[in-house]
Amino acid sequence: MADMEIPDLGPLWLTIRLAAVTTVVLLVLGTPLAWWLAHTRSRMKSIIEAVTALPLVLPPTVLGFYLLVLFSPNSTLGGLWLSATGSTLTFTFTGLIVASAIYSLPFMVQPLQGAFEAVGRGPLEAAASLRAGPLDAFLTVATPLALRGYITAIVLTFAHTIGEFGVVLMVGGNIPGRTKVVSIQIYEHVETIDYASAHVLAAILLVFSFSVLMAVYTLNRRFPVHAG
Amino acid sequence: MELTVDLRVDLADFSLEVRQAFASTGITALFGPSGGGKSTLLRAIAGFERRAAGRIVFGEEEWLGPDRFVPTHRRGVGFVFQDARLFPHLSARGNLDYAWKRAAKAEAGFFFDDVVGMLDLAPLFSRRAGQLSGGERQRVAIGRTLLSRPRLLLMDEPLASLDTKRKSEILPYVARLPAAFGIPIIYVTHALEEVTQLADRIVALEAGRAVAAGGVAETLARLDLPGVQGRFEAGAVLAGRVAGQDAALQLTLVDLGGMSIEVPGIGLSPGAEVRLRVRARDVSLALDRPQGLSIRNMLDGRIVAMAPEADTAYAEVLIETAGQQLRARITRAAVQDLQLREGQPVVALVKSVAFDRQALPRAPADGGD
Repeated sequence: MADMEIPDLGPLWLTIRLAAVTTVVLLVLGTPLAWWLAHTRSRMKSIIEAVTALPLVLPPTVLGFYLLVLFSPNSTLGGLWLSATGSTLTFTFTGLIVASAIYSLPFMVQPLQGAFEAVGRGPLEAAASLRAGPLDAFLTVATPLALRGYITAIVLTFAHTIGEFGVVLMVGGNIPGRTKVVSIQIYEHVETIDYASAHVLAAILLVFSFSVLMAVYTLNRRFPVHAG
Repeated sequence: MELTVDLRVDLADFSLEVRQAFASTGITALFGPSGGGKSTLLRAIAGFERRAAGRIVFGEEEWLGPDRFVPTHRRGVGFVFQDARLFPHLSARGNLDYAWKRAAKAEAGFFFDDVVGMLDLAPLFSRRAGQLSGGERQRVAIGRTLLSRPRLLLMDEPLASLDTKRKSEILPYVARLPAAFGIPIIYVTHALEEVTQLADRIVALEAGRAVAAGGVAETLARLDLPGVQGRFEAGAVLAGRVAGQDAALQLTLVDLGGMSIEVPGIGLSPGAEVRLRVRARDVSLALDRPQGLSIRNMLDGRIVAMAPEADTAYAEVLIETAGQQLRARITRAAVQDLQLREGQPVVALVKSVAFDRQALPRAPADGGD
């Protein structure tokens, strides 16, 4: 292995960018959704919960297929997007972000919802009785108490997006520098029997994933904060 | 500022319907058996109960109306929960600061150090909620609520989760709140001891309805509300002043206004006002002063009302003594044998032992106020 070539690391960098942007997008969108699910008494709750969890059980190719159809410039959404931005959602980095956000949605929402439910209404009522408005109470009481949930959600979302394959392949294709992520690159190396390159990328992913999870669990143990 | 409520709350298995005005000073006890709707009413006043319909008006402000719902954080109410609800991610000091930062500073009144001093909170500052005892936690919670400078203080069974010893440690602090900070308190409890020691007035709640409202002594002396106190615990309240101590025999003499009563020694100085709760079942009646009896408290009085209970062996008797009212629970057979009737002079006998030491009033921790 000493004379092994260093494979193209572009896809790795693209993957990390995709995962980072997806995580930020989901943090912004997933927090209010998780908050609503944790506190609503609406009958819509079960429906929304089921929809949110769909990406967990749906084969990525099925999800990718529907997204491909939905994103296509011939469809309503794809057409609107094209006329609004001048580019398509299919086979672009932006399209990948939208697809990844849908694909990884449950990994953000479920830990957050669980954390918010564990915090409960008690501390929020206490905050309100101390003149804290809803946003104030959310930021100063609910968020710090749900910190573990946030860490779990961020890590799972990031890691899950790194590992995605089927959806990306369907929606993004395999365009170097734009949509070719590391999992597709590995697949390609294997297809072309370039096991050495596949080894390097696979090992990088393995070490990376393990390090991130280790860091999270260590961090979690250090945080003395428990909800309730 | 007076608080008036005209409320209806419909829950799955229970409905509350209360029309009541609450005084703007002192402590009003919201009292009654469990499940009577006390906490629901208190939560509705705080704005925690979204299903409340009707009207809540505080002074000039309408908090709840046909098209109006003022959220809790704009009502200026403080709420002390049974389970304290300190923020676990903050120290005791952090919890106090949280309230103080958000307090309405424009309103005249007390300062951070006043609250900390009165509740002896400084030694607890660095500790987190998990490192505080139940009583300490509740003291910090009370301090935190005061520091938000509420205009109305709502307390929901704040002592219910504490053991008797801790309870009697915190009671004096609560008793001093209205005078020290000028905030009216509505205090939910089902403990008669707390009502006796703390309250200026009672609003009695039973099965979601306010069945009685008025002064503590007069309300507890009513014989027509058996469900409110429960027959076992029912009793009257006597108000008096400490007249003297007998250190050797560990007794305190309390002057009821012309007549006196002996109770187990309480550490209060002569002249201190005390309220004594006397359970009806601890009071016996005699036609004359008996001789050679171990019972030392003999109060001359007159029967003012009698309520025989058709479904039990007992009758409730209301006696006027020293200008106050005392309740006795005796058998209907005794009523017959002694031929008791309204207006008849009697002697009420109360064993000193009947006064539960833990329930007696005590000097505040710092020795007086």
